[in-house]
Amino acid sequence: MTTKHLIAATDFCVYHQLEHTFITDLQEAGLVEVKIVNETAYIPETELQKLEKIIRLHNELDINMAGIEAIIHLLQRVEDIQEEIRLLKNSLKLYE
Amino acid sequence: MAFIDYYQVLGITKTASDKDIKSAYRKLARKYHPDLNPNDAEAHKKFQQLNEANEVLSDPEKRKKYDQYGENWQHGEAYEQARQQQSRQQHSYGGGGGQAFDFEGFGGGGNDDFSDFFQSMFGGGGGGQRRQAKYRGQDYNAELHLNLKEASETHKQTLSVNGKNIRLTIPAGVENGQTIKITGHGGPGANGGPHGDLYIKFSVADDLRFKRKGSDLYSTVKLDLYTAVLGGEITADTLNGKVKVKVGAGTQNGTKVKLKGKGLPVYKKDGEFGDLYITYDLQIPVNLTDKQKQLFEELAKSST
Repeated sequence: MTTKHLIAATDFCVYHQLEHTFITDLQEAGLVEVKIVNETAYIPETELQKLEKIIRLHNELDINMAGIEAIIHLLQRVEDIQEEIRLLKNSLKLYE
Repeated sequence: MAFIDYYQVLGITKTASDKDIKSAYRKLARKYHPDLNPNDAEAHKKFQQLNEANEVLSDPEKRKKYDQYGENWQHGEAYEQARQQQSRQQHSYGGGGGQAFDFEGFGGGGNDDFSDFFQSMFGGGGGGQRRQAKYRGQDYNAELHLNLKEASETHKQTLSVNGKNIRLTIPAGVENGQTIKITGHGGPGANGGPHGDLYIKFSVADDLRFKRKGSDLYSTVKLDLYTAVLGGEITADTLNGKVKVKVGAGTQNGTKVKLKGKGLPVYKKDGEFGDLYITYDLQIPVNLTDKQKQLFEELAKSST
């Protein structure tokens, strides 16, 4: 399997000075997808944005894993609602 | 350039301890952190101000200097020096062909430039407590303004984002407020990390003739009384020119007619189009001549 668009979890952890268990915990909570290629853990590039957001929430705001899980869920809802508001606003223009 | 009261920004008094400062910063950061306030420019600005206030007040040396000069900061020795340094560091964005954008990064972190006030007093950018850089590059956000006609056609535009030209295909049917992601066109990553993405938000201007709902268009067409009563043909505007529309005899005011396929292309569905709905606005004749009035009276009598 190719490792293109995959980031070695070890490189990422070294860069962010993280314990590997941090990634494992996130994976177990279903928050981040980790791929195993030749017994090495990789993070898909597409997961990096979310993962770095989680790291910021953890490091900058002292939020624990349970809090992060709740926040990620709520942020998804905020995003869905914002999209719904956008569509509704556009529809309302019809009646202005 | 205005003085910034960093104590006020953090909601603390001048006698606040280091612990008070840390606690006030944490509390407000949890409220305004960009990751918790997606697409909220106001929260983003507040968070920048918090970071700046925290940078100054949590650093004993900076805090001392800030307290010492206070509102008379312009008399500070560093001011003149910093001002000269700053003028050499001016960045210019844009340039090149097409539309130019200064990117805005909403994507969390606190790596944004501090205020002019900060730079004049302390020089340079962030200083000692710079936040950890990201492995993945920063996402850029830009807004692209289109009119309805432009939004109805797949076309190419060259955008200049931070001086770099990007040739972009804009698919027909984009909606107002819709955002598309251009992968890998954000800021560079660190240590071999991937580039961030460029997010382009479309702002589609309202059109005087047509209202829009998804890929359907709506318009109002004036209909004279005689055509409404007797039937006939009118010409109606569509986005791509005029079309002839048959009007049935006895058409009522407010009647809505669907012109199939005369709406906008459906986003990313080749060959599919929305519809155009026209609503008739019946025009009652005014300023009748004596002859016309007489004829209407006859009509009125004949219909009773």
